[in-house]
Amino acid sequence: MEMSTIAPILSETKADPFVLSYETLEKSVDASSPPWVRALRHSGNAHFEEVGFPDTSHEEWRFTNVGPISRLNAHAPRAEDLIAATPESISPYLFKSLASTTLVFVNGVLDLALSCLTGLTKGVEVVDLPTAIRQELPWVAAHLGRYARVDENAFVALNGSMIENGVAIRIPANVKVEAPVFILFLSTSQADGATVHSRILIVAGHHSEARVVESHAGLADSAYFSNSVAELVLEEGAKLEHCRLQFERTTAFHVATVQAHQARSSNLTTHSISLGARLARINVTPVLDAEGCECTMNGLYVAEGDQLVDHHTTIHHAKPNCNSHEFYHGILDGKAQGVFNGKIFVRPDAQRTDAKQTNRNLLLSDEATINTKPQLEIFADDVKCTHGATVGQLQDEAIFYLRARGIGLEAARRMLVHAFASSILNRITIDEVRTYLDDQMFDLFERPPA
Amino acid sequence: MSTSTETIEQFVNREYQYGFVTDLEADAAPRGLTEDTVRLISSKKGEPEFLLEWRLKAYRYWLTLKEPEWPNVHYPKIDYQNVIYYSAPKQKKDGPKSLADVDPKLLETYKKLGIPLREHEKLAGVAVDAVFDSVSVATTFKGKLKEMGIIFGSFSEAVHEHPELIKKYLGSVVPYTDNYFAALNSAVFSDGSFCYIPKGVKCPMELSTYFRINAADTGQFERTLIVAEEGSTVSYLEGCTAPRRDTNQLHAAVVEIVAMDNASVKYSTVQNWYPGDEMGRGGIYNFVTKRGLCKGASSKISWTQVETGSAITWKYPSVVLKGDNSVGEFYSVALTNNYQQADTGTKMIHIGKNTRSTIISKGISAGRGQNSYRGQVKILKSAANSRNFSQCDSLLLGDKCGAHTFPYIEVKNTSSTVEHEASTSKIGEDQIFYCRQRGLSTQDAINMIVNGYCKEVFRQLPMEFAVEAQKLLGVSLEGSVG
Repeated sequence: MEMSTIAPILSETKADPFVLSYETLEKSVDASSPPWVRALRHSGNAHFEEVGFPDTSHEEWRFTNVGPISRLNAHAPRAEDLIAATPESISPYLFKSLASTTLVFVNGVLDLALSCLTGLTKGVEVVDLPTAIRQELPWVAAHLGRYARVDENAFVALNGSMIENGVAIRIPANVKVEAPVFILFLSTSQADGATVHSRILIVAGHHSEARVVESHAGLADSAYFSNSVAELVLEEGAKLEHCRLQFERTTAFHVATVQAHQARSSNLTTHSISLGARLARINVTPVLDAEGCECTMNGLYVAEGDQLVDHHTTIHHAKPNCNSHEFYHGILDGKAQGVFNGKIFVRPDAQRTDAKQTNRNLLLSDEATINTKPQLEIFADDVKCTHGATVGQLQDEAIFYLRARGIGLEAARRMLVHAFASSILNRITIDEVRTYLDDQMFDLFERPPA
Repeated sequence: MSTSTETIEQFVNREYQYGFVTDLEADAAPRGLTEDTVRLISSKKGEPEFLLEWRLKAYRYWLTLKEPEWPNVHYPKIDYQNVIYYSAPKQKKDGPKSLADVDPKLLETYKKLGIPLREHEKLAGVAVDAVFDSVSVATTFKGKLKEMGIIFGSFSEAVHEHPELIKKYLGSVVPYTDNYFAALNSAVFSDGSFCYIPKGVKCPMELSTYFRINAADTGQFERTLIVAEEGSTVSYLEGCTAPRRDTNQLHAAVVEIVAMDNASVKYSTVQNWYPGDEMGRGGIYNFVTKRGLCKGASSKISWTQVETGSAITWKYPSVVLKGDNSVGEFYSVALTNNYQQADTGTKMIHIGKNTRSTIISKGISAGRGQNSYRGQVKILKSAANSRNFSQCDSLLLGDKCGAHTFPYIEVKNTSSTVEHEASTSKIGEDQIFYCRQRGLSTQDAINMIVNGYCKEVFRQLPMEFAVEAQKLLGVSLEGSVG
């Protein structure tokens, strides 16, 4: 088994704790689950047992060694290890001026006391996953696990095998949701190896419009592991802005997969802002499966110390006349390691595709490393595809411009680093989130040390 | 776009112009590869012990390797035991002393290829080390070069005359452990070219080699080694055409370049081997390892390639920028047509300070051709203030071809700047319309656009190669639009 090769420390007879977790879950809740959920868990577990954790000889994981995750003593969070989540302790992760629907999941479980379910637009369904499964909501059954397939990668398989917690959201046809829906996933276990597999399903009905913010954070400085999968389904003409924020503790592991499926003339904007975690790996994979789709992907990763942050994005242009735009910026300091792999696939009949991809990176320290691989695979001829990647420093001209106006070298540099981050943040249309993140950037780069 | 469809059809149906076989008796080794084959090759060439040892080490290492599968190319498994690893054209006992002694049939072959060997000697100022199958049969201008201390000739000759140089530099850039095909080449290489430019010498003429594959089912394993001593300059040309064949032929060459302080080496290739017929049958498998080492400070290695032939091209001419202030360049035009596949690109490994590299890659895909650019730019921590600029563009002609880009960029310091740009496009109707408005025919417009697209690369080629390359692309496109 994979485990024995990755972690020779563990005795060979001992089963993988990730598989044990599945077996425990199977015993406790599986019997009461509907067959389609059980089938999902079984296939997830079977696939995970088959492939195991990837090692760095796997092209997709060349620069990201998930050995430390595979060696975790994985377990579901135990009551005795938890820090209590209170309105005070979670307040740094909430946007104060945001008076809208807020769902707080503590270690995967919806905490009603901390959540606010008022202000929901009529017709919009927001259900926590256990309820959705119990009630066997047909729209959940129809979509869950259909896009983020268990054979996608080991972590999706693992998440599938442990499917239990999370949230399902449905925006009915022709409904425009004004206020953003805010979801916070909080890990509070002080024990190393506490693992939460969270799941999000968003189904945007035809010609509906919504904005969803998904945030991941932790309260304890332990080596916990958060493995999240989000499935975004856009029906015809739907418009969805999905904003993903990752503020995990720098002791934590965070792996996420965002899988989007777009129907005709739908419009998806995803943001992935990654600031935390010791090791973060985020896969974003939209499939443009009908004509006239628009897809915009923005990303910002900031890492320092010995953090590793890895974004893999794959845009599938499966049908003609779709546009995609991708902008990812990275700022790396200390011994941090950044990985970016952006793929654009243009299928043989996806003519008149217009795909653009830009990845820019700033290295602030000689110890920091960036590995970027912008990749195009094109099988149609009438297309416009470009990609660009840069790694470099701040422009001398820009620094000179500021210095000529009396700003000191260091202040000018910091200002420009902040601006480099802001050029991504400014693409977020939710004012509260943008302001909040901009303040964080100011604290990170510009606030003079006290 | 009916015009462009027509272009593509005719383009695709173009016959290979250089398909002929010269009937020569070949002195060939039996099929298959064993230690005995390696010993046979070595003894046939009367090689010193160290070289045999090296070949055997390479062979034993090769046995432990698996054929790589990561390139974006597909082909039936090669049966390495069904390849003839050595064949030499029959020649008079003592070998030719001058052009007059060379088998007239050989010279005729060169003529058909458009290489006027006799004329070269008199007119062009190009010294040709013509490799026919695996053994050099004629070398010109040797005398002139010898006066300047330049050693230029066949590899086997150099093994006998300058074993110390071979021993010192062979495998110093591409060790036999490098990859599957480099190991194979190291074990069974039959001949190639060797070039040594002494300190401070500027080579007064373009050095060129023409490789040909002739005897049926002969794997061609060339080995080229170029050493440029301090302050020297050399421009090396390599051009290839091969006769038409039905079974695939394997070509696994190795080219090594070493540049010392302030030395400059320019290596240009025009590769037009038999690409297979329009159904993708036959054609050459061209699996090549080319690498240059900028060993000294301020040295420079420049690769320029025009790849239009071969059923499968799989090569990455690379530069290791070890010396401070050294420069690496890669300019490439790769064309795939019918069922041709190309997975090509470069590696620029920055080790020294203030090192600079430029990558310009132009891919053209037509028919069902699959064209991949795969490149790596690696800037190590020691390579302060390094600079890389990469541009890889793809042009698609037809809706059944593919263009792929796999660039790897790794940067480990803050003072370096790396830029990578890539685009994929087809010839726009608006561009053609613009030209036609100005009185150009669709034909001329397409030619002009394609030539303009490749101009940055053609400009890097030495004069005679630039003409040949433009002709090659021109032939592919011209006369194809009514």
